[in-house]
Amino acid sequence: MASLEEEFTLSSAVLSAGSEGLLGVEQSSKTDQFLVTDNGRTVILYKVSDQKPLGSWSVKQGQIITCPAVCNFQTGEYIVVHDNKVLRIWNNEDVNLDKVFKATLSAEVYRILSVQGTEPLVLFKEGAVRGLEALLAEPQQKIETVISDEEVIKWTKFFIVFRHPVLIFITEKHGNYFAYVQMFNSRVLSKYTLLFGQDENSVIESFTASVDRKFISLMSLSTDGCIYETLIPIRPTDPEKNQSLVRSLLFKAVVSGNTRHGVAVTVLDQDHIAVLGSPLAASKECLSVWNIKFQTLQTSKELPQGTSGQLWYYGENLFMLHGRSLTVIPYKCEVSSLASALGKLKHSQDPGTHVVPHFVNWETPQECGLGAQNSEQSRRILRRRKIEVSLQPEVPPSKQLLSTIMKDSEKHIEVELRKFLAIKQTPDFHTVIGDTVTGLLERCKAEPSFYPRNCLMQLTQTHVLSYSLCPDLMEIALQKKDVQLLQLCLQHFPDIPELVTCACLKIFLSIADDSLQETDVNMESVFDCSNSVHDEKMEEQTEILQNGFNPVEDECNKCDQELNEEPQAKTKETTSCPVIPKRAALLNAILHSAYSETFLLPHLKDIPAQHITLFLKYLYFLYLKCSENATLTLPGIHPPTLNQIMDWICLLLDANFTVVVMMPEAKRLLINLYKLVKSQISVYSELNKIEVSFRELQKLNQEKNNRGLYSIEVLELF
Amino acid sequence: MGEFKVHRVRFFNYVPSAIRCVAYNNQSNRLAVSRTDGTVEIYNLSANYFQEKFFPGHESRATEALCWAEGQRLFSAGLNGEIIEYDLQALNIKYAMDAFGGPIWSMAASPSDSQLLVGCEDGSVKLFQITPDKIQFERNFDRQKSRILSLSWHPSGTHIAAGSIDYISVFDVKSGSAVHKMIVDRQYMGVSKRKCIVWGVAFLSDGTVISVDSAGKVQFWDSATGTLVKSHLIANADVQSIAVANQEDSFVVGTAEGTVFHFQLVPVTSNSSEKQWVRTKPFQHHTHDVRTVAHSPTSLISGGTDTHLVIRPLMEKVEVKNYDAALRKITFPHRRLISCSRKRHLLLFQFAHHLELWRLGSTVATGKNGDTLPLSKNADHLLYLKTKGPENIICSCISPCGSWIAYSTASRFFLYRLNYEHDNINLKRVSKMPAFLRSALQILFSEDSTKLFVASNQGALHIVQLSGGSFKHLHAFQPQSGTVEAMCLLAVSPDGNWLAASGTSAGVHVYNVKQLKLHCTVPAYNFPVTAMAIAPNTNNLVIAHSDQQVFEYSIPDKHYTDWSRTVQKHGFHHLWLQRDTPITHISFHPKRPMHILLHDAYMFCIIDKSLPLPNDKTLLYNPFPPTNESDVQRRTAHAFKISKIYKPLLFMDLLDERTLVAVERPLDDIIAQLPPPIKKKKFGT
Repeated sequence: MASLEEEFTLSSAVLSAGSEGLLGVEQSSKTDQFLVTDNGRTVILYKVSDQKPLGSWSVKQGQIITCPAVCNFQTGEYIVVHDNKVLRIWNNEDVNLDKVFKATLSAEVYRILSVQGTEPLVLFKEGAVRGLEALLAEPQQKIETVISDEEVIKWTKFFIVFRHPVLIFITEKHGNYFAYVQMFNSRVLSKYTLLFGQDENSVIESFTASVDRKFISLMSLSTDGCIYETLIPIRPTDPEKNQSLVRSLLFKAVVSGNTRHGVAVTVLDQDHIAVLGSPLAASKECLSVWNIKFQTLQTSKELPQGTSGQLWYYGENLFMLHGRSLTVIPYKCEVSSLASALGKLKHSQDPGTHVVPHFVNWETPQECGLGAQNSEQSRRILRRRKIEVSLQPEVPPSKQLLSTIMKDSEKHIEVELRKFLAIKQTPDFHTVIGDTVTGLLERCKAEPSFYPRNCLMQLTQTHVLSYSLCPDLMEIALQKKDVQLLQLCLQHFPDIPELVTCACLKIFLSIADDSLQETDVNMESVFDCSNSVHDEKMEEQTEILQNGFNPVEDECNKCDQELNEEPQAKTKETTSCPVIPKRAALLNAILHSAYSETFLLPHLKDIPAQHITLFLKYLYFLYLKCSENATLTLPGIHPPTLNQIMDWICLLLDANFTVVVMMPEAKRLLINLYKLVKSQISVYSELNKIEVSFRELQKLNQEKNNRGLYSIEVLELF
Repeated sequence: MGEFKVHRVRFFNYVPSAIRCVAYNNQSNRLAVSRTDGTVEIYNLSANYFQEKFFPGHESRATEALCWAEGQRLFSAGLNGEIIEYDLQALNIKYAMDAFGGPIWSMAASPSDSQLLVGCEDGSVKLFQITPDKIQFERNFDRQKSRILSLSWHPSGTHIAAGSIDYISVFDVKSGSAVHKMIVDRQYMGVSKRKCIVWGVAFLSDGTVISVDSAGKVQFWDSATGTLVKSHLIANADVQSIAVANQEDSFVVGTAEGTVFHFQLVPVTSNSSEKQWVRTKPFQHHTHDVRTVAHSPTSLISGGTDTHLVIRPLMEKVEVKNYDAALRKITFPHRRLISCSRKRHLLLFQFAHHLELWRLGSTVATGKNGDTLPLSKNADHLLYLKTKGPENIICSCISPCGSWIAYSTASRFFLYRLNYEHDNINLKRVSKMPAFLRSALQILFSEDSTKLFVASNQGALHIVQLSGGSFKHLHAFQPQSGTVEAMCLLAVSPDGNWLAASGTSAGVHVYNVKQLKLHCTVPAYNFPVTAMAIAPNTNNLVIAHSDQQVFEYSIPDKHYTDWSRTVQKHGFHHLWLQRDTPITHISFHPKRPMHILLHDAYMFCIIDKSLPLPNDKTLLYNPFPPTNESDVQRRTAHAFKISKIYKPLLFMDLLDERTLVAVERPLDDIIAQLPPPIKKKKFGT
């Protein structure tokens, strides 16, 4: 688990950082010691564990350091460039920078790069690169121009790959970015054009790169707050040609896009990156560590005094300018163990830790491992990229779909969506569907006239949506009284809150019959009641209803007689469905939906009384239909079960009993229900009596098995 | 194959005593178990968990503590205030020494194995020096206020921890004075209990003291500062026992709710050196109090009021995941408690302090396989013979003719003559037993009931002639010079010529009874003998060992029979070798010389030597009766005819050619006689 430890300040007063921040923090030949170059005239050597400076050197008044001091790991000396062209080399014993070795160069230096194990390199502003030794042998040698006019180096990094130094630098010209990779064993310089993909107008704020065996993984943080990754091959296939590279989205909106402050990103290890910036537009700046593989925020630290948007990472320390002081935050990534998690939460998670609120797709592999499979894949990606270079970089269909949603007409969106759905499910299918629905609903809210009904229905039927993913969908459908879409949602969403279920019920009960006829509701849960009734006789039905039990004479017979006075009416009432089939289908969807009684009851009270009666009548009708056959099920493909029907009857009566009992038209229904319960109770009491007898039988059976203390048995061995 | 009438007997009302202590000996991989009636049993964990030795109990000798010291010497201490050392060779008590501190509650051997520490009722902790043949009182530690219930040595031997009521004391061994006194919280789930009893302590080499107490807590104390470091509340009832592994990387505790918890020292994070104790695994193999636990290098051992000895191997410590890695639950003794008189259809049941004689019923009906036949006469309880004195019965036997009963306690031997007159029984004790017949480990009558064979605990075998109410000592086979190993098993040939005797470790000796001399010795085998018998006519000695091997040895020819060699070459079926209870009785069919009848607690088997042996691919046991004739043909294809109908089977013998007697003791009947367990709230009750 990656974690940031307690921060500490290296210095507050010594540095004259200024608003532009520091020029650089570089490693020195001793671990734990770092060279800090400020934006003016001073270089300070710090020992981090002691939190104190070991040495400080300044150039003369009037001179200005233009390139951060670095350490030559081979000799232990320090190198700095002031006034763009003047190179100074000194070591720990020297006191005055004026008196140390000086070399004036013929061209302006962009940066000196030094890593352990090789000689430092000097990168000139025109893009030329020289080894330090060669340069010092002849300081005034002519430096060629590599990059074109108006092209400016933005960022550079120096790696050792298989013991060969590799230099990468990024240039910018009129908003276009180019990457140059210089191999020093072969002296090959390859140039790549960095393509942005769909988002053309974002400006890259910060770069960082890591290297594995074949690729430099260049990550860039753009002004839109997203982190993109570009894979640059170390060994170019064709160094002569100008090649293009497409970047892929690694993280979405890790920092707010429109901050005034600087943002910075740096790679910590193969799974983690550190991002400096404010996560929301208004909030304070944060240093956050993200896991690339799981797309989660691992830890973050608020930096309330603001930063300069610069971040360096050496060893296990992150360096940044917090307020006016140089702050060091040690970073640790320990291997988590189950025991520590289960036994005691020793490293309990920061309360601030949360999962990325976007649709994360777990199925897409992250290109971060070194395995053979990954390199295979990268190769494939590369091949695709080459094709793209020749064809004209094409936007993936999902992105295209998203952009369509925002602008185009309903018809067009529908066509696009159908096209997208027709493609076999892509790995990022979930993500795209989620984004599409969110996009559509946002547009629906913004434009009241926009209601892409077919699209929404298609999306609902993909089975990847749920209520919690897009709560607005049902809200809008309720507003539009789109019963068809509501039915689909009820069928496909597993997590609809009771409030919404109840709102759907209200609409289903209140919507006029004629407007219902126009809709195209899924009817598979409704059986054709017309043909199932004919062959059944009323007498039979009551008999089965009572489960073969002949109820004793009681007060109920009175009401029975009362009912029998209108045999015609009764027959009609019980045999014909009280609602039209389409409404029945909708109500069945409600019956099938999941609910919790406690949460449903209060909402049921809001339904008008005549609707309650109607629903009760329908439920009673279903019950009668159920009890017609021995298996107590309804015909049809996906009918409501008896339990669902009974539960809903109970719920409705519980919620609205006082209202229903006062209504004259509900009287017959209530009496019927009362009779039903009465007869059920009698049946169960009879069953209880039978159970006692059965138990006795079982006991007898057990005694037979349990032979007591002594018996003589026959055993035959085979 | 054979159809039998089986007298299925379930009226043997045997209840094992509760387990009080277990002590594991790493050196010999043996486990000593003491029960509440004072019995001490020795299990050999290397020999398939066979109970190879036992010391009979004594009414006044309730053991409270058991420990191994100085290699393989076994000591126990109990509420009668005595420290007892057991003689593991002669299987008797070497000596008992009063500690003069009232009842002894706890005992611990020092890490150097040379000192013994006991904690007494009067609050004293006494140190004894172990000398080669005895123990010697050395000194007292500072007297505490209340009884010392638990003791533990620091592995360096410089300090000890003693658990008492409401507090734990840490003593300096050199000075004998208490260095720290750590008060245990009486609070139990917010309610203050009357007392908090520290049932167990364990001293670790880093100075940590782990205590378990009656408030359900497992607590870690720092003995250097006397402070509580950590507390785990693990039970609503008492935590009664604790045992730590030798490596100190895991320990086990047992609670009164029957749960055993495993604690392990695991790194806080992987690769980090910082470690902490984490409760890892709960095991619920007991229904009642777990009074005692032990920790062997590869398993957790627990025992308690529900009388089961449970050996739970730690899967991470078991290298080969074979059948040895399975859980073992030992409930019944691995010796015979029942003998039978074939002639009179009598069964003699041996209990701790009495004998019961039953006569089996009879039936005239016949039936087919599985039928229960109507009884024409029920079984009768003929005799209830209570022993005199506080000692438990070691062994008992009824003669095949049914007219003699013999039994022995640790100090006395009893012989009774029974006379049957119609339905009346006349019991007459044979008095004036000779002095050498003081205590017997095994008693056996010859087939014609004229001779009595007694294995005494001095290693001698006595032959006694019985004739019409009197007896005559014929001969005593003295053990070979230098050995004092007691003989535990005897077998006599039906013709009365041969007597086989087996000790706990050495081979089986065969004596010629006619010539009264040692005939031969069966080559020694690595695993102890669990049962043996001599076949009629052929005089082949069949020996079952605890590793489930069965050998047949021809006594006249003094070598293993061809069949036995074939079996060894071919190997037993893997399921046969994986049985976890030993064979406790072997008998033969008088008319079918090729058949060997044997049983363990869960199966009864007839081995037909004329049939081919099963290999690992054939089905050893088919629980379903055959459906048709061809099925019968197919089934009879191998030599092992197994029945698992009767279980747990304590005894099975052939009464006559077509009649068997099977004595079962259903576990439910035992559970019904145990005290009620701690009631645990379950959902809905």
